[in-house]
Amino acid sequence: MLWGVVGILVVVLIWEGYKLLAPADGVVIGGARVLPRSTDLAMPHVWDMLARLAEPVTRSASAQPLWLVITLGALTTLGIAAVGWLVGLVVGIGLALVMQRWRIAEWGLLPWIVLSQTVPLIAFAPVVKSWGSRVEIGSFQWQDWMSVALIASYLAFFPIAVGALKGLQSPDRIHEELMHVYAAGYWSTLVKLRFPAAVPYLLPALRLGAANAVVGAVVAEVSTGLQGGIGRLLIQFAGQASGDPAKAWGPIFGAIVLGLVAAGSVALLGVILKNYRRTEEAA
Amino acid sequence: MSLHESQTGPGFRDGAGAPPQPAEAAVEVSGVDKVFQTRAGDVHALESVDLSVAAGEFVSLIGPSGCGKSTLMRLIADLDEPSVGSVTVFEKSAKQARLDQEYGIAFQSAGLLPWRTVSANVAVPLELHGVASAARSSRVAELLEMVGLADFADRYPDQLSGGMQQRVAIARALAEQPRLLLMDEPFGALDEMTREKMQTELVRISAETGAAVVFVTHSIPEAVFLSDRVVVMSPRPGRIREIVPMRLGADARRAARTEELREERAFFDMVTAVREALHGGSPVASGARGVETR
Repeated sequence: MLWGVVGILVVVLIWEGYKLLAPADGVVIGGARVLPRSTDLAMPHVWDMLARLAEPVTRSASAQPLWLVITLGALTTLGIAAVGWLVGLVVGIGLALVMQRWRIAEWGLLPWIVLSQTVPLIAFAPVVKSWGSRVEIGSFQWQDWMSVALIASYLAFFPIAVGALKGLQSPDRIHEELMHVYAAGYWSTLVKLRFPAAVPYLLPALRLGAANAVVGAVVAEVSTGLQGGIGRLLIQFAGQASGDPAKAWGPIFGAIVLGLVAAGSVALLGVILKNYRRTEEAA
Repeated sequence: MSLHESQTGPGFRDGAGAPPQPAEAAVEVSGVDKVFQTRAGDVHALESVDLSVAAGEFVSLIGPSGCGKSTLMRLIADLDEPSVGSVTVFEKSAKQARLDQEYGIAFQSAGLLPWRTVSANVAVPLELHGVASAARSSRVAELLEMVGLADFADRYPDQLSGGMQQRVAIARALAEQPRLLLMDEPFGALDEMTREKMQTELVRISAETGAAVVFVTHSIPEAVFLSDRVVVMSPRPGRIREIVPMRLGADARRAARTEELREERAFFDMVTAVREALHGGSPVASGARGVETR
């Protein structure tokens, strides 16, 4: 915790130090700018960025303060990312179970799962949105946020599937033989042995999945143009940066905090499950 | 839990010569071959093995590495299947005996689940077989008392020494009061002092429970100290070379095996007998004669 604060202070010092010492037009070597401009437009002061957060979004009298707008946007995105993470969790663990049970499924599925992650997300998002808009089952109608959640889950399921598979395969041979000796069936072996043994592998996978879900949600918000989330705010305020440079940094901070909250929630899960991580500590 | 004597009658073990053959044998292995198919070709792990273990009898399997002693135990436990021949446990097929939980088993490593406390580890087989919670905890307490770990019930395996972990594994193997205990070098990873202590404990526990024991080891003194009969095996292909009955003084009942036995003349005579059998029947040193060759 202390070192985290120190780390932030170091970044602030480097930022302000560079601003103080570097030439206003940056450093240009042979036509290429190797160090950025240090003007207030390119690099606002840290205190300006923080002060901007407390000010209203626009000059209109009814405008909310910037921090509130960003917090609301971040919470919207967090909600969508959480849905995506949960879907990714279910799909990832489901795939891992199938692959653990049948070796042939592992051979058949794993390459496709790896391949799935090479599809560029930006290209993929509008397609998902347009497919989604055609889904209509009874009174259920596909919402745009669902497309974003789906894309978030697409990024989240990958580390979860791989981590869960490794975890489910992790029990020692002696433990598997003991279960055989006890005439334990597939399900009791799963509950008493495989899942508990998978926890040390699952937790980092879930953390990675949470971070991926946030990134996926933000990127998908941008590329599908979904309103209300932090992805939209990033684009919107970046567009206003020439007039209000400090404002564009607000949603960036928001996105960072969002990622920390997502990863932190999984860390909390790790504390709850600490008894299942005893081997991790011993190693 | 009935004491050994009450189950098999007094004097059962007094005649330490020929093993008694009650109506129901604990283990019956007849004409067993085991061939493992590997990429390098077939490996004959066991060849024409015949062995009978009586109820309540303590039999050790001893031999150099690669003699198939662990394989033989695994066949009895239904962890592998024989290529030829049959294995029956209490007159059932090995598989049926496993499904009926006729035996308890312990390996060289304790194999405790690291996320469970000592008592939760002992409870695993009971949980899996639907023993009610109250009965379970009283049985676990009883077992931990028996192996002397009552004070450690709430510890985790990583907080225990190797010897203590192994005692937990033995308690777990005894959880369902099996009439047969299979042990694959359970004390192999322990230091000599702990090992001797554990052997004395095992003698006491097996006498208390009256269970038959098939014990795999490569330590001659261990086999002699524990066993009613020592099965000496030879490698490649694994065969039974000789079965040496233990004659340990006038009182050969298992409960009478105490630390003093380790220093008795009869003990050293039996160690010599087993050594000679291991080295192919040629006399190794002057010692006991008249070893029965079967």
